[in-house]
Amino acid sequence: MTLAIPILIPLVFMIFMILRLPERVTRTAGISGSTLMLAAAVFILIKVKTEGIQTLYLGAWEAPYGITFVADPFSALMLVVSSVIMMAISLYAIHFLSSEYRSGKFYIFFFTLAVGLNGAFLTGDVFNLYVWIEVMLLSSFVLMTMGKTQDKLRGGIKYLALNLIGSLFFLAGIGLLYGKTGTLNMAHLAQIVQSSEQTQWLNTPAMLIFLAFGIKSAVFPLFFWLPASYHRPNITVSSMFAGLLTKVGVYALIRFFTLFFVQDPSFWHNLILIIAGFTMVVGGMAASTQYDTRRILSYHIISQIGYMVMGLGIFTPLAIAGAVYFMIHNMIAKTNTFLVAGMIQKVKGSFDPKNIGGLFTESPFLAVLFIIPAFALAGIPPLSGFFGKFILIKAGIESGQYLITAVAVLTGLLTLYSMIKIWNEAFLKKGEADSETKKLTFSEALPSVILGLISVLMGIFAAPVFDFASEAAEVLMENTKYIESVLK
Amino acid sequence: MNSGILQIAEKYLRWLFLVFAIFALFRGHNLPGGGFIGGLMAAMAFVFRGFAYSADEVYQSMKIKPETYLVIGFTAVILSFVPGMIAGKTFFEGVWLSADLGQLGLLKLGTPLLFDIGIFLVVIGVTVLFLFSLKRSD
Repeated sequence: MTLAIPILIPLVFMIFMILRLPERVTRTAGISGSTLMLAAAVFILIKVKTEGIQTLYLGAWEAPYGITFVADPFSALMLVVSSVIMMAISLYAIHFLSSEYRSGKFYIFFFTLAVGLNGAFLTGDVFNLYVWIEVMLLSSFVLMTMGKTQDKLRGGIKYLALNLIGSLFFLAGIGLLYGKTGTLNMAHLAQIVQSSEQTQWLNTPAMLIFLAFGIKSAVFPLFFWLPASYHRPNITVSSMFAGLLTKVGVYALIRFFTLFFVQDPSFWHNLILIIAGFTMVVGGMAASTQYDTRRILSYHIISQIGYMVMGLGIFTPLAIAGAVYFMIHNMIAKTNTFLVAGMIQKVKGSFDPKNIGGLFTESPFLAVLFIIPAFALAGIPPLSGFFGKFILIKAGIESGQYLITAVAVLTGLLTLYSMIKIWNEAFLKKGEADSETKKLTFSEALPSVILGLISVLMGIFAAPVFDFASEAAEVLMENTKYIESVLK
Repeated sequence: MNSGILQIAEKYLRWLFLVFAIFALFRGHNLPGGGFIGGLMAAMAFVFRGFAYSADEVYQSMKIKPETYLVIGFTAVILSFVPGMIAGKTFFEGVWLSADLGQLGLLKLGTPLLFDIGIFLVVIGVTVLFLFSLKRSD
């Protein structure tokens, strides 16, 4: 029952939002809905921590016949982090949604997205995962094109078309898996793969599904849709997407490639590492050629995805733990940089750092808010990103993957370069004396303060977070635990 | 389009669509049919009317707006979970009531039916909403 709550809460709030209620009501409901969701996620995390893997057989149809919901440490962690981001976004939306978005309409799709997201993290069924990802895709498309300007539609269509192609690959892969094994339950699939001698056929569905999640998580060379679309919608929507959407792809990649796509490890891990390396470098380089803050940050999302995928490619318990830690850090910090970009725009009226200047003297508070996620992303100690990168690099050296480790270190410099570019232009450079600066109220900055605080705390208290990440990695690597708790 | 033939035909076909929609709705669960298919059939009645007249006219004349179908439908879906929860069953598990109607046989009513009715209404709402927003002039 517990596992159904993260789906039910946003569903109920989504229905509530369809009624055309006044702005004040929808805003309050939006915030309370996402707070409830966070509470439910934390409850599940605690339950997983104390009692082990949780399962729910929908309609009491035992696995592998019905749809099973499974919460292992990894999915519980993702659930909590995504709920934190959703909560921050619901606070941010109050001030930063422009008039073209009626807040009730925004929240309908905000909660639909939450339904899809929570479902994707919780489900233990391959086809069910497809459905949740579709729910997410469609609601994000509506959010992206809301406002109906030509510009937004152009980005939205690219986003939808490329992601639908991804879904098609995913569906084809599922079809092959089902045709060959007769099951869709992830744990059952893993069991069948473990006990069968011939596993060569798995490479075909694995490649199809790798392509699908490659598109969804925007890895090299499948990332085109992301920089084409992420900077176009309202900044509230952009920041929500930045933290959440691509990470579902990475989540599914890690889940699938630790649980049942375990054949031919040498081929797959090398492929994943090569792609991770290119993703990091290309994303980082593309970011350094951009000028619009949102575009710099969009390319950055790609570069950072490379690190997570690299953890999967190295495939040692430490590396997976690093990938999990890095994902948590990245979701929080990435969303936060977008939130700050929105605040800079509100204060100075532009997303282009060249047109801005002197923010450091005019608004030191905003400077601090920017520097926390920016330096966290660049990996400066003692912020969260430093430990994420440190663990991944340590895992890389320990397993003898020197090349990818070197690439990861160098990409860190690229990240630092583009963050410093924004910093120098927007904050340090002398501003024009007659430029108008709006004051920022505390409630506008609150979501960024919360996320910034999490980044700092994740750096200071890295050990407990890392312990939990390695617990999650252990469950992922030793998939017998997962299989046993699903197929009792 | 303003065709007299279509307008007359619509008058009779409307009921055919609706009757078959409800037939499909109740036939579901154990046999092919159910809320989704039934909902699509019922939506056809509205959409066909939209072709015979204009989408604006039909939307204006709808006493219950598509959005309301959505809300009622989703609420029915959520409500269908409640009896199971009260009975302490697994989430989504059906709860059945059966009534003996003598000559007419055994009537079995359960939460899956409520769920199906909810889906039926949601599908009507969504289909009509989508097609009419594409067809409407504003």
